[in-house]
Amino acid sequence: MPRSPAWARYNWRVVGLSALYATFLIAAVYGFKHQLVPPALKYPVAILPALPIIGIFGAMGRYLVEEQDEYVRMLMVRQILWASAFTLSIATVWGFLDNFGLVGHADGYWIVILWFFGLGLGAIYNKLTLGAAGC
Amino acid sequence: MENRLRLLRAERNWSQQDLGQRLEVSRQSVNAIETGKYDPSLPLAFRIAELFDLPIEEIFVSPSTRSSKAI
Repeated sequence: MPRSPAWARYNWRVVGLSALYATFLIAAVYGFKHQLVPPALKYPVAILPALPIIGIFGAMGRYLVEEQDEYVRMLMVRQILWASAFTLSIATVWGFLDNFGLVGHADGYWIVILWFFGLGLGAIYNKLTLGAAGC
Repeated sequence: MENRLRLLRAERNWSQQDLGQRLEVSRQSVNAIETGKYDPSLPLAFRIAELFDLPIEEIFVSPSTRSSKAI
């Protein structure tokens, strides 16, 4: 099925932001590893790889605004709800396990990885219940 | 929601893709509406009604009408 122009724009935005993420991440890791980052710039440089990821969330929001097909839009909203519920549930359970000293600390960026995985779960749920996966 | 979309489409010899193009939605949207898996918004229901030149209630079966008939 041909995808909508909104979908094509979303894809290009995600591809561009992913490339930017890879560039920023490599630059930040290289900079910190070789002690090239001045103390005053440590926080901004450390945050740099996070910005394109935040941009991807923005691109998803933009897609929901631009997509004219309400059914396809609903599929993505369901995926986002699934991803959010899945991630928040895992984070809550992990938080308590961590609190009682049963598991170790997890890096914060795992939240994002889990959330994107949750989008996939949402797509499976869409496919099983509605016959169409979504994005 | 139960509807006569598939029948109306078949009468005109349109594929789901054809109807989707006329309504500016995807084929999967047409399929979801036809099979009752998705209830269209009021603006889309009006677009469908205008395309077939019929009142909305002649395309979509009101859930309250259905239940009162069942009683």
